[in-house]
Amino acid sequence: MPEMTKTAADEAVAAAEAVPEQAEKARSLWGDAWRDLRRNPIFYISAVLILFLVVISIWPSIMTSTSPYACDVAKSAQGAAPGHPFGFDKQGCDVYARTVHGARASVTVGICTTLLAAVIGCLMGGLAGFFGGWWDSLLSRIGDIFFGIPILLGGIVFLSVVKGGSIFTVVLLMAVLGWPQIARIARGAVITAKQQDYVQAARALGASTPRMLLRHIAPNALAPVIVVATIALGTYISLEATLSFLGVGLKPPTVSWGIDISQAATQIRNAPHTLLYPAGALSLTVLAFIMLGDAVRDALDPKLR
Amino acid sequence: MGRYVVRRLLQMVPVFIGTTFLIFVMVYALGDPVAAMFGDRTPDPATAAQIRESLHLNDPLWSQYLQYMAGIFQGDFGTAFNGRPVIELMGDAFPNTIQLTLVAFVIELVVGVTLGVIAGMRRGRLIDTGVLVLTLFVISIPTFVTGYLLQYFVGVKWGALPPSVSTEVRFEELILPGIVLAGVSLAYVARLTRTSIAENIRSDYIRTATAKGLPRRRVISVHLLRNSLIPVVTFLGTDIGGLMAGAIVTERIFNLQGVGYQLYQGILRQNAPTVVGFVTVLVVVFLAANLLVDLLYAVLDPRIRYA
Amino acid sequence: MTTTEKTAAVPGPRTPEAAGSPLLQVRDLHVEFHTRDGVVKAVNGVNYSVSAGETLAVLGESGSGKSVTAQAIMGILDMPPAKIPQGEILFRGQDMLTMSGEQRRKIRGAKIAMIFQDALSSLNPVLSVGYQLGEMFRVHQGLSKKAAKAKAIELMDKVKIPAAANRVGDYPHQFSGGMRQRIMIAMALALEPDLIIADEPTTALDVTVQAQVMDLLAELQREYNMGLILITHDLGVVADVADKIAVMYAGRIVEHAPVGELYKNPAHPYTRGLLDSIPRLDQKGQELYAIKGLPPNLLNIPGGCAFHPRCPKAQDVCRADVPALATVADGRGSACHFWKETIDG
Repeated sequence: MPEMTKTAADEAVAAAEAVPEQAEKARSLWGDAWRDLRRNPIFYISAVLILFLVVISIWPSIMTSTSPYACDVAKSAQGAAPGHPFGFDKQGCDVYARTVHGARASVTVGICTTLLAAVIGCLMGGLAGFFGGWWDSLLSRIGDIFFGIPILLGGIVFLSVVKGGSIFTVVLLMAVLGWPQIARIARGAVITAKQQDYVQAARALGASTPRMLLRHIAPNALAPVIVVATIALGTYISLEATLSFLGVGLKPPTVSWGIDISQAATQIRNAPHTLLYPAGALSLTVLAFIMLGDAVRDALDPKLR
Repeated sequence: MGRYVVRRLLQMVPVFIGTTFLIFVMVYALGDPVAAMFGDRTPDPATAAQIRESLHLNDPLWSQYLQYMAGIFQGDFGTAFNGRPVIELMGDAFPNTIQLTLVAFVIELVVGVTLGVIAGMRRGRLIDTGVLVLTLFVISIPTFVTGYLLQYFVGVKWGALPPSVSTEVRFEELILPGIVLAGVSLAYVARLTRTSIAENIRSDYIRTATAKGLPRRRVISVHLLRNSLIPVVTFLGTDIGGLMAGAIVTERIFNLQGVGYQLYQGILRQNAPTVVGFVTVLVVVFLAANLLVDLLYAVLDPRIRYA
Repeated sequence: MTTTEKTAAVPGPRTPEAAGSPLLQVRDLHVEFHTRDGVVKAVNGVNYSVSAGETLAVLGESGSGKSVTAQAIMGILDMPPAKIPQGEILFRGQDMLTMSGEQRRKIRGAKIAMIFQDALSSLNPVLSVGYQLGEMFRVHQGLSKKAAKAKAIELMDKVKIPAAANRVGDYPHQFSGGMRQRIMIAMALALEPDLIIADEPTTALDVTVQAQVMDLLAELQREYNMGLILITHDLGVVADVADKIAVMYAGRIVEHAPVGELYKNPAHPYTRGLLDSIPRLDQKGQELYAIKGLPPNLLNIPGGCAFHPRCPKAQDVCRADVPALATVADGRGSACHFWKETIDG
């Protein structure tokens, strides 16, 4: 009920809801969120888009049979032709094939970085929040150190030094610099969860530490982490493309939208289509993940709507 | 308040050391500065050994780091690839980047907060949805894509603004890069402001302010805005560092010879002192901005100040 | 309902200004909220009145519409989603619902002031209490910052905050709950209004502090001869300070009476139920009475008497017809088909 005013209205609504709520089963946070998600058209749009992107990163061949490496310099920067709906880039490669194949790098980097950053972040933030005191100070300062280096800046320095360019290095680097963001959220969420009455009650009843963490704290602290991680996923994809665009991220032969955009940018005046398609695909991908993050946040934290 | 400042300053010391050390390790331990000096040529082993000795490259890493930091505190950042001291390059580059960052910051602040306030006060209406959709698109399109598109359309095709920056760095040349650099942050500021306003407008103390018979204008400016902008100020502060890092991309597109340009040259020529020097300064700016924000936060919110 | 007669059961020096010309009259007020799930009918035809020096207690469970009515009187409902389709709110004989926004604003705070339940969230956390108190004088009387601060200290003294001059620059979170509520009271009193609406002013406080705050409020009310609408769900608070009581259920007044009579002889099964559910020493060991069932869903209020699903006396007529407010005695009314049976026990 997002359009209500507080207090007076809350009171009225609390009374209005009292009866149906009794009738239904007590709803959990997750059940509630899922019900909210299913009502949200944004969720469906982004979910379908992401599903599509994941499928074509696994099997690009279902969208195109043209190889992204089959280039013919004679066709350099030519427009659309039969069988080549997006035309050709500077090297005479098929833009459509490269756009389709480029999804794999972006999706892989996005998902892997998020997972890795979330695992490190939850571990560090969760421990800092749960144990507090000395542990908290130490882990939080370590987080601050990595947080002190903007990912783009650290990425440029690190990747140019190791001269890497594989998906693995890029993921590792972004996760190493990205985890403190998630750790901060996880720490705050764990501290909040720890102070909840029922968690205190569980502690008073003699629940063991691992049991407290897994049964009581984790499920409640997870919601904000998921929200931040989903939105971060979009920004990681954007960052990977930026690093590749700057020439320090992914390197050929990996097909990456960032690399293609960087090459296309030099000839935006005579062949704008070579820029438009990879740039559009990249933006759409980032958009899909950020929309999903928005939808998840609305569902998990209705207060923020 | 005084104790708070001291505590924050003390917390910053290990973070500063850790961060700079991390960068130092990345560049010096993982790369080979001597090989980089010679580029494609293979250096004479004896000469290489001599250079290593003179650069203290045979010392343990922590000792090298200490020597480097000692140099920095005396204004010695080492020598760039073209033989000029890195500090001189900084003198050339930082004014340009700071100007660009300032332009972007003002755009971000004014446009972002205005959009956020308008949307937050008319939550759920058409204009709110409009702002949400617009910011969603701005966040989703990577800066370098908007950069090239705006440069091409606004700068080249329509000629509304200069498409690139000349060596004189005139103000009107910075508007377009400023917009591009501000873009994503501006969208975040708008969204944050909107959420904050929308949350506070329903708060009990706003209801009290209305019940006191204050004119609507006063309720909004004294009570609503002041409280709602506290988290926005925090974001804006931490974002200064982000803007300076983002300037690397923007400077490249618009050909501005700032920090990004120098850093890029340093990386291209594998000149470690340039890279470490510039990144260290950027990180210090970032940390200082974070500290400033924390202090500002304490000034704006008495609950932090007296905690 | 418009009478201000006293009963012997209520002691106190409160003297109504002039019978027949109440300070505030609410007539047939309706308030509804338009939400995604439908129209929530929060207030469905409320009538009550308060005179100068008089205390009206409005009693009811949460969701009964007591707070919504108060906020409609203050003019601080957010519209939309709230809507007032029908009714009048007369202040000194003038309908406030037809006034311009500026006219109403000048009444708010100056003539009618409100005290809220949770002082911590109702005070602005980032402004000093002195500033928030002084704001009343600066806005309504155009006083300078300095003069307003002096007035703020005076007010804090008035509500018995120790060392007021030293604490005027402090922030709300630096005060205890009771002290904060005193500041809310001071803010409401600032311009010596004719009427104060106190919405559960002591609910959030410790029991010992509750009594102090309530006493202070009653004392100041006598001193300034103000009308007071006391919104509460606590029958204990009411007995001490109120002159008359209006009991609300599902957005309607189901019973109104002078305080002593209502306690002695409730004329509505709901009131009876409320009274019976107060723990009493002489019933120690017995099971405490509780009204069965739940408050009604305001999206879908039961037909007939809204209380019928929970009423032990419900008959077919209760399910069919909405009972009118019957006059039980002079200044007493009950909206129950069977009020006679109820009053006789």
